[in-house]
Amino acid sequence: MQHIISMKNDIITLGHGSGAALTRQLISEVFAGKFKLAELNDAACIDNHITVTTDAYVVNPLFFPGGDIGKLSITGTVNDLSMNGSVPAYIVASFILEEGFSIEKLKLIADSMQKTAEEAGVKIIAGDTKVVEKGKCDGVYITTTGIGFLPDGVNLAAKNISEGDKIIVNGSLGDHTVAIINARQNLGLDPAPESDCAPLREVIEILLNTTKFKFARDATRGGVATILNEIYEDTGLGMIIEETSLPIKDSTTALCGLLGLDPLYMANEGKLVAIISEPNNDMLSRLKAHKYGKDSAIIGKVTKEVKGVYLRTALGSLRPLLMLASDPLPRIC
Amino acid sequence: MEKGRRDITMNLQNYRQPELIKQVLNDLNEFKRAVTFMEVCGSHTMAIGHWGLRKLLPENIRLISGPGCPVCVTPASVIDELIKLKDITIATFGDLIRVPGTEQTLEQARALGANIKTVYSPLDALDLSKKQETVFVGIGFETTIPGIAYTILEAKKQNLTNFSVLPLFKLIPPALDALLTDEEVKINGFILPGHVSVVIGTDAYEFIPKKYGIGGVVTGFEPLDIVLGIKNLVEQIDNPGIVNEYSRIVTAEGNIAAKSIMSDVFEVGNAIWRGLGEIPGSGLDIRSEYAQFDALKRYDITIKNIEGNPACLCSSVLKGKIMPLDCPLFANICTPANPIGPCMVSSEGSCAAYYKYEK
Repeated sequence: MQHIISMKNDIITLGHGSGAALTRQLISEVFAGKFKLAELNDAACIDNHITVTTDAYVVNPLFFPGGDIGKLSITGTVNDLSMNGSVPAYIVASFILEEGFSIEKLKLIADSMQKTAEEAGVKIIAGDTKVVEKGKCDGVYITTTGIGFLPDGVNLAAKNISEGDKIIVNGSLGDHTVAIINARQNLGLDPAPESDCAPLREVIEILLNTTKFKFARDATRGGVATILNEIYEDTGLGMIIEETSLPIKDSTTALCGLLGLDPLYMANEGKLVAIISEPNNDMLSRLKAHKYGKDSAIIGKVTKEVKGVYLRTALGSLRPLLMLASDPLPRIC
Repeated sequence: MEKGRRDITMNLQNYRQPELIKQVLNDLNEFKRAVTFMEVCGSHTMAIGHWGLRKLLPENIRLISGPGCPVCVTPASVIDELIKLKDITIATFGDLIRVPGTEQTLEQARALGANIKTVYSPLDALDLSKKQETVFVGIGFETTIPGIAYTILEAKKQNLTNFSVLPLFKLIPPALDALLTDEEVKINGFILPGHVSVVIGTDAYEFIPKKYGIGGVVTGFEPLDIVLGIKNLVEQIDNPGIVNEYSRIVTAEGNIAAKSIMSDVFEVGNAIWRGLGEIPGSGLDIRSEYAQFDALKRYDITIKNIEGNPACLCSSVLKGKIMPLDCPLFANICTPANPIGPCMVSSEGSCAAYYKYEK
């Protein structure tokens, strides 16, 4: 038994990249101490003004309905910059290319990056290219580093959150994962579900117009449930999510039922969780008017009624939403 | 709807209407006797947890989880045998990759270089075998077995030589029979598996009330299905029979084409169930006409009944003798991040479901 436990710590498994508890454990045990990191964040702010972040993109397949690795490499990094309220400005990109990869496809990826950068209002200003032997990577991997500027007076942080605050998402959950599973496994869903990948700076801008906006995080790997659990770990504040308020497409619900997956734990690439003390109708209607906020909804609240993150089911029962240990596994039957 | 389109939503919302479900729960409050019902299938365990139904039911109606998670009842030695198949591609459904063998999981073996692929359909494994020698891990109940039988027929039709299946199939009715002969197991009714019943039909369970005087209900996986199923069990408690609540897709005789393809390719044999031991007639062997696709023969594999960690009480959990929370390892040493027994590994496992929903 001891052997089993130690094995887990000896080698990297795919679970360490899941964004769930195993990832957090790996970062804490290997990096945080060595790098003397005070806190673990996607982005860091220098001199309270310059925000920097970096992210590696290894998505398979490289092209999927709703996006491709190029688009994702811009939206993902821009979104990490945006979440503390920064205005994304510059991107530096690094490419690892596999020997034999089609230059035509690489051009498509570069086009997609440029188009997305223009939409997000960022400039791609520098980069690096490496080629590795056939089989040493999967077509192309992209790492992008983003630089943004934090406007004076903007202060979004988990420590601002308090009892009674409301939890908002800007649209349907799980769309990116559903699109990727369908494409990767040839499930043949028709119409093919599309990834939600999108730059969220404008959504953040709408939220920044309310003084009651306290915190935001993009709900990527691990999904909404993982973010809420991280907030609970950081603040000790409980949360209740209302199942009946969750924006989830019927097709997502059905596919998750078939595969034994939960949309609350699935990755999104164009969705954020925002915490706001008193969301008003005016702000919600402005969010819903934006193309990346159409199905925005208040999904729950911060409350001392519970210790941890809970879901109130449509039947009124409360069940815990725990931090996942690792990637969710599709089931046999 | 256009031909060929896959609408997978199936009007699910009809079976999730809170008012209707609450009405059935109210009716159940009238019933005062203390009873224990076993939900045989892991998908039911998950659905009950997902909807928080255990907390909504009256206290006198206790639900316990049965042996219906295929990963959970697979002996740990299977993992060891698979890891020994070096240089051969192992194609498996996802739940199996984190099940601990005696030394490693398939996920760890993969990280160390073993060629292990997660597939969503046995036909994906057939495609893999066209590039590399591939073994598909044939785990599952009657739900998944017909698809695997079809895959073997397809392999034969295409004259594939690099494909085989490790037959670890399990049949539900013989397992229930074996469970009921154990005097320590006290059950007043079964919530019978919906998907398995689509294939085998409700007639396959008629022996339960006849032989043991216990009733059962075949039901679906939506909350209204489950509470109506429980209501059926309560209503027939003094006059037990087999009720079909899931009549929108389950019939008395089952899916005849699926049953026939199963018996074309497989014959009934014994199977080792982790926690329950060897149960005669509860497994399926590949018929000799398809011996070239039988990984047991091809690689000379014998599945041994070795248990994992002796402190693990998965076997008692699988029989419904104890609840997951009664196991000293539960949530303590054994967690989804570090599962000791198989009931914690599969999302359908009783312990994983309790950890997730009921802890």
